[in-house]
Amino acid sequence: MTAGTGNFANAVLHPDAALPAGLTDGNGQPAGRRFNVLRNNVASSLGEALRTGFPVITKLLGTENMKAIAAMYLRAHPPRSPVLSAFGTDLPEFLAGLPQLSHLGYLPDIARLELALRASYHAADAPALDPSRLTELSPQDLTEATLSFTPSLRLMRSRWPIHAIWLRNTQDDAPKPEAAPQDVLITRREFDPTPHLLPPGGADWIAAVSNGKSLGDALDIAKAAAPDFDPASTLAILLRGNALTSLTLKDQRP
Amino acid sequence: MSNTAKTLAVASAVAAALAAQGTTATAQSKEKCYGVSLAGQNDCAAGPGTTCAGTSTVDYQGNAWTLVDTGTCSDIDLPEMADGTEREGSLEPLERDLPA
Amino acid sequence: MLDTARLNRLPAAPGVGFKPQHFAAIMEDAGPVRWLEVHAENYMGDGGRPLAQLRALAERFAISVHGVGLSIGGAQPLDKDHLARLAKLVGWLNPASFSEHLAWSSHGNTYLNDLLPLPYTNATLTRVAEHIDTVQSTLGRPMLLENPSSYLAFAESTWSEPEFLAELARRTGCGLLLDVNNVFISSVNLGFTPKGYLDAFPLSRVAEIHVGGHDHDADDHGAALLIDSHARPVAPPVWDLLADVLARTGPCPILVEWDNDVPDWPTLRDEACRAEHALQTGAVG
Repeated sequence: MTAGTGNFANAVLHPDAALPAGLTDGNGQPAGRRFNVLRNNVASSLGEALRTGFPVITKLLGTENMKAIAAMYLRAHPPRSPVLSAFGTDLPEFLAGLPQLSHLGYLPDIARLELALRASYHAADAPALDPSRLTELSPQDLTEATLSFTPSLRLMRSRWPIHAIWLRNTQDDAPKPEAAPQDVLITRREFDPTPHLLPPGGADWIAAVSNGKSLGDALDIAKAAAPDFDPASTLAILLRGNALTSLTLKDQRP
Repeated sequence: MSNTAKTLAVASAVAAALAAQGTTATAQSKEKCYGVSLAGQNDCAAGPGTTCAGTSTVDYQGNAWTLVDTGTCSDIDLPEMADGTEREGSLEPLERDLPA
Repeated sequence: MLDTARLNRLPAAPGVGFKPQHFAAIMEDAGPVRWLEVHAENYMGDGGRPLAQLRALAERFAISVHGVGLSIGGAQPLDKDHLARLAKLVGWLNPASFSEHLAWSSHGNTYLNDLLPLPYTNATLTRVAEHIDTVQSTLGRPMLLENPSSYLAFAESTWSEPEFLAELARRTGCGLLLDVNNVFISSVNLGFTPKGYLDAFPLSRVAEIHVGGHDHDADDHGAALLIDSHARPVAPPVWDLLADVLARTGPCPILVEWDNDVPDWPTLRDEACRAEHALQTGAVG
């Protein structure tokens, strides 16, 4: 039995595993429950990381339920990296696989939303496009132009009202969620990611622009999905969120 | 949509977005943090000693676990949209998941 | 005495472990705090607030980057990806100091998020020395290695901890970070005297000192078991031990650690004032 071997690691992670041999209290007696300090350090710190990483999931389920789920999760999906801010990426699928939660079908998408907020928080910085750049162009140039987005921008589509559920659990005066699919755009104006509800067609438009379609072509794509779509409000969200980084005219593209 | 109509639609949307952005920029400058900054922090401290959930041999076995009703899930009633069957989003303990 | 200026550039003054919630308060009134320690793993993202805060702090304070996830005491080779992340951070920030722990935390692809103990044998000595060499050559600078807090011991150990650390420092040229709270915790938990430990410790290699709070628990036989919780003020016997250490080492950078149940800034600043007092008293005495 030496340090770093699988037996020791396994015993730290699994309380029903046998204690590694050859551990003492420093005076020849077996270490006994002293080993539990290590087990508790691991379980409690990872459980805490999961609760702080998924505050809305924790609120929805309640702290006691979340502690039990964390205890299961950290054994099924222990961290693969020493960077704890990346811990919990498998939680959406894990929640989806728990029969006890099958009646709460929206939970996995709420977990995905919280992961997306965290990813946005740590994403690279990029200087925002000067909005006046948009005012200088002719309607024809604008229609043929493409836009690029900042690395902290995140788009999420759900068949659940994820924005309403998220609001209900983060703001005091938010209304009770109604059943509806919702698309959410996360912007980070400076350092704090904020989820915005997109109108029908907004996610199609963002996805098309993100894939390099011109503003005109993206509008065609979005209108095919939602005939009444007007990009004004979606574009305003992007501008307010400092989410545009560059504009490329048709004749500047390769 | 004709090319002319499309060009007008894009141009007017950009103009409207710029106008909206200009009037609300100040209100947006202070955003809430929602606790993201405290998510998943590494440190080098120890946990709660010899007694806590880290040593329980039952709480991480899925079939032995039942939900207790303490969260805000019970406040949200959403029909299951995947298969069309209506199921309330309440946190009633699921009797069938209790060990025999 | 070794010229510890070669090992780091921290001032012989109080520092604290930085917490994001203290950012504005520290910038407004740092009290006696002249340097800050950050955990490397919390600054390995691509951007956003963590790196912006660190950049702003580095303009006002000396920064110590303190790793908690390198698993230097581990049986397997160092994680190359993690080492690359660390090299990127240290290269960008050029901190006054880099330190890590005599401990392991990774096995295979699993990171256990705890500073786990290792036996002190010739085999582990060779391996840890290799790992330190790798870190120092990758970062292009000497590192400090910190003594752990211990709850148990390995029957197979053939080296005492201070002698193990002394030999590691001799072989690799690394400096040492003496955690006085850890010495006190381990002395109670494993039944040795702090004085005996310090007598054997290569104090000339110490380039930084840690103090922090601990909790009380008990083992199977009811013996006192101290837990390295960093969740409360530094205990009186740890301040006493710090005074003993400073009397032997002379002025040294002293870090107050408070990681759990983090208090408001004035409370932590008061702890830094106590560290400053210890430095002044030690310098006079």
